[in-house]
Amino acid sequence: MFASDIAILLPEIVLSVFAMAGLIAAVYTSKDGMAPALVWLTAALLALMGIYIGLTGEGSQVAFDGMFINDGFARFAKVVILLSAAAILLIGKDFMQRDDLLRFEYPMLIVLATVGMMVMVSSGNLMTLYMGLELQSLSLYVVAAMRRDSVRSTEAGLKYFVLGALSSGILLYGASLTYGFAGTADFAGIVAAVEGGASLGLIFGLAFMVAGLAFKVSAAPFHMWTPDVYEGSPTPVTAFFATAPKMAAMGLLARLAHDAFGSVVSDWQQIIALLAVLSMFLGAIAAIGQTDIKRLMAYSSISHMGFALMGLAAGTEQGVSAMLIYMAIYVTMNVGTFAFILSMQKDGRHVTNISSLNAFSTKEPIKAAAILILMFSLAGVPPMVGFFGKYAVLLAAVDAGLNLVAILGVVASVIGAFYYLRIVYFMYFGEEREGIDGKMSPLAYAGLMAAAAIMLLGVFNLFGVDSLAEAAAATLVR
Amino acid sequence: METFLLFLPLVGAIICGFSWRLIGETAACWVATGALFLSCILSWFVFLGFDGETYTRDLFTWIASGTLDTSWSVRIDRLTAIMLIVITTVSALVHLYSFGYMAHDEHFREGESYRPRFFAYLSFFTFAMLSLVTADNLLQLFFGWEGVGVASYLLIGFYFRKPSAGAAAMKAFIVNRVGDFAFLLGIFAIYKLTDSINFSVILAEGPHLAEQTISFMGRELNAANTIGMLLFIGAMGKSAQLFLHTWLPDAMEGPTPVSALIHAATMVTAGVFLVCRMSPIMEYAPYATNFIVIIGAATAFFAATVGLVQNDIKRVIAYSTCSQLGYMFVAAGVGVYSVAMFHLFTHAFFKAMLFLGAGSVIHAMHHEQDMRNYGGLRKKIPFTFAAMMIGTLAITGVGIPLTGWIGFAGFASKDAVIESAFAFGGGLGTYAFWMLVVAACFTSFYSWRLIYLTFYGKPRGDKHAHEHAHESPKTMLIPLAVLALGAVFSGAIWYNQFFGHTDTVGRFFGVPYAVEGHADEAGHGEEAMAADGHGEAATDGHGENAAPADSHATEDSHAAADDGHGEAHYVFTGHAGEGAIHMAPDNHVLNDAHSVPKWVKLAPFVAMIIGFVTATLFYIVRPTLPARTAELFQPAYQFLLNKWYFDEIYNWIFVIPAAWIGRTLWKRGDGNIIDGGINGLAMGIIPFFTRLAGRAQSGYLFHYAFAMVLGIAVLITIATLSFGG
Repeated sequence: MFASDIAILLPEIVLSVFAMAGLIAAVYTSKDGMAPALVWLTAALLALMGIYIGLTGEGSQVAFDGMFINDGFARFAKVVILLSAAAILLIGKDFMQRDDLLRFEYPMLIVLATVGMMVMVSSGNLMTLYMGLELQSLSLYVVAAMRRDSVRSTEAGLKYFVLGALSSGILLYGASLTYGFAGTADFAGIVAAVEGGASLGLIFGLAFMVAGLAFKVSAAPFHMWTPDVYEGSPTPVTAFFATAPKMAAMGLLARLAHDAFGSVVSDWQQIIALLAVLSMFLGAIAAIGQTDIKRLMAYSSISHMGFALMGLAAGTEQGVSAMLIYMAIYVTMNVGTFAFILSMQKDGRHVTNISSLNAFSTKEPIKAAAILILMFSLAGVPPMVGFFGKYAVLLAAVDAGLNLVAILGVVASVIGAFYYLRIVYFMYFGEEREGIDGKMSPLAYAGLMAAAAIMLLGVFNLFGVDSLAEAAAATLVR
Repeated sequence: METFLLFLPLVGAIICGFSWRLIGETAACWVATGALFLSCILSWFVFLGFDGETYTRDLFTWIASGTLDTSWSVRIDRLTAIMLIVITTVSALVHLYSFGYMAHDEHFREGESYRPRFFAYLSFFTFAMLSLVTADNLLQLFFGWEGVGVASYLLIGFYFRKPSAGAAAMKAFIVNRVGDFAFLLGIFAIYKLTDSINFSVILAEGPHLAEQTISFMGRELNAANTIGMLLFIGAMGKSAQLFLHTWLPDAMEGPTPVSALIHAATMVTAGVFLVCRMSPIMEYAPYATNFIVIIGAATAFFAATVGLVQNDIKRVIAYSTCSQLGYMFVAAGVGVYSVAMFHLFTHAFFKAMLFLGAGSVIHAMHHEQDMRNYGGLRKKIPFTFAAMMIGTLAITGVGIPLTGWIGFAGFASKDAVIESAFAFGGGLGTYAFWMLVVAACFTSFYSWRLIYLTFYGKPRGDKHAHEHAHESPKTMLIPLAVLALGAVFSGAIWYNQFFGHTDTVGRFFGVPYAVEGHADEAGHGEEAMAADGHGEAATDGHGENAAPADSHATEDSHAAADDGHGEAHYVFTGHAGEGAIHMAPDNHVLNDAHSVPKWVKLAPFVAMIIGFVTATLFYIVRPTLPARTAELFQPAYQFLLNKWYFDEIYNWIFVIPAAWIGRTLWKRGDGNIIDGGINGLAMGIIPFFTRLAGRAQSGYLFHYAFAMVLGIAVLITIATLSFGG
């Protein structure tokens, strides 16, 4: 019994043991000297685990009496999380090295955060949920403040920590309410308790938990930390924030909504839809005023989370599948975009002002074209892949009868297109003046080009992601 | 063979239009012309070898969806065969003619290639027209219908640097849309009621349609009448009948060969063809056919009056075309579709010839089209003069009175129309008869006026042009000569087939017939066949002298009709859909037309003489008379000169309001409201919210925490409100 539980948790255990062993080994050796090699090793291990999870594992397995669930949905989310974490580690390596930030703790913290995320998307119990969430959050608080000598970075870490603590409190409060009214912390038990109508106490618990998780996905109005933290953190950390944790929190929210409250869809549908609409509009409107590309990407991610939440708000299998497709595409686009942002520099110094992109296309036509593809994809312009993600969630919302939400989503995406296109405008039609010099590390260059190519080539069949997402969604929504 | 002759022009058009850079301009033009001549020869084989039995060649399935099953096919019956030779003959000759006419054109710059384009358009037009007449379903017919419309548009606007040509092209297209709209509605109605658009099905449905009704805006309309009206309105647009005629005179902006081919011989007759093709439905739509007679006669009269005073040589002929199309519709409307086709057939020859002759004059006079600047040209261009003379004799209907058929082509066919109109009887028949007779008088007047102004009198206008007037090249004169043959003989040769006895006409068009009295039994095929054989024996008696003895024969049949028995007297017995055209068994107009009183037969001839004498008086004897007359009847003259003010009225009723609506929607609706709204939203409202969001992002933790708490409050509220709801 115990052995089979261990077997189900094998990837998580391997990663945890690796992280601890890495910490111990680094302490006893030359410390940071081995960090670059450790980054490679970690990235390789994460990617390996991602491939392992993607290729093995059949059906739904439950470990520790339902505390931990390994089903198709969890595996899909884990593959996205692991691969994006590996990619972010690699594209950020040179940045960290150059800024003398590459300490050995960095990859280890990323691994621990990743393990937390994996636990989150697999959780089958309120306690597993909280454990995974906190493991992830605590690791992220630290990496946000990696640049200890920078006021902004420490401020970002502190803000993130304080607000994160608040959201944890909210989440815990909701969890305890739920436990109190359902009499169990198991999702399977909760869903049995709400069968045929939840009590008001459970609804309160649900609302608090959704609020706590909305903080993690940075959905409006729980998004306020996002721009500040994105701006203050070292850029590779920002890139990480924008990708894997979003997928994890989204997965957790979907799991909570469907596994624990799947029989009372109408009770949470309204809340999620409201969060979705607020996020889409706030992300789109507030981003217009930004001149810093990192803050801009923060608002962009808020807006994108709104679209993903719209898929979830549909409350159907189609909705979950659309959400997964959307997140996979979103993560890929962000890896590519951040690969570029990481290498924006002038005379050896990092710049993040979007006006520094002026006339970039004349200097670097190929890179500019790749950015153009990514920006069009982020804006959802067909035939880039980003359009199909938006199309999937809109279709799911319409099919679920959320016509108003879908219409508002379209309006928001039109508004949002403005600032993506403005970047393209600066690159192609901006005045020629001192801009970034366009040097890129090979890894970042590869990331940018690969993401752009995927955005273009995925048009044919999305690389089969849609059918995988459908299969994954089918295991969650029953 | 049928497939070849249909697609040869298309192949020619494609080769000529797309590969002239490879094979050279002249070669490309010759390819198109060669394809057309080949197609023409094949057409004559089909026409002469055709035995009256309808047959269809399916080429491929076009659209199959639900009960709509349409294939692209070639249907050959007598109507198609007639149209085939008309189209391909005129088209081939016009292609040849264009070598001379289009050799140099001042509308294009030196070295600019325009001829391959012109020839490709002409060939494409021919293909579209052929697919129209060979269609065996309404969809293919509509394809051809629109195809010729497009070709017409392209060719009217061929001189695209000329604003008036562009405007005329658009006018033709837009006016035709009005008719096409009705035509489409007619097709939809037919499909709705018969569940098919294939001729083999719908033509047989005529009698049933007459018993069905269409519910429209709470009113029950008779199906056959409604469909007939809609189809005829479609035909009105294409054939430039009164109220939808305004595009035709303007279409003269196109090069003259185009006018000859499209706006005289073929495309404009598509409407007549459509009505004849739909005769099995028209026969059961009395209101629709009455309407056709009214419009046709009115057009014939109206256009003839306008033609009296026009000064542009091409416009005179254009109005003449309009008028002659009215004649054809009258014939179709009174139920003698064969006569409508007869006039269509002869008209194609002499009208194409008049246009090509006019083109030759224009060519000689360096593109001067105003007849007031002509005069005394018969010595300079004698061959053209002879051709125009033949054309004029044909259109005015010169022939030996009371023989019926000995005369120029127009004599045989036009008199047939007028006699049919009289035979139709009643107030409507009388009205049509008199309108047509008066129109015949006017026709004669304006045709002779054209001849006198152009070829007689003293040279007027630019001296230089007159001195350099020269006969056209052979490529232009040969087509004139060939068409002259048609203009002289086509009436006399085919008189009996189109307007002879019922049995001759029936055999020609593949329509069953029987001796009167046996009609009731002759419904079955075998009986009809037996009657057919009987009929042949009967005609053999008349055999050698059938044509000359015609007037005599009509006397006989007249007597027979009175007595109810006597020598062979035939009636049509075919069911709807049998044969190329359908004349119901109770349709006696064809028979009655042979037995009209002598004064009726003489009337058009007398009218022609009056017109001729008046024209001679006005333009040869007393050249000052026209000006004095115009002075005397100033209002009437202006009324005619301005074409009854149709363009002005339409401008007031349709064009100005439409332009106003368009401008309002554009400037107010689009410019102010939509653009203004978007701009206001994008530059005012959204930036306001952006600033608001920016201010909320203060950087203070307690603000952020406050926002989260507010958010929770909202979430809880919503969750609670929807709870138990």
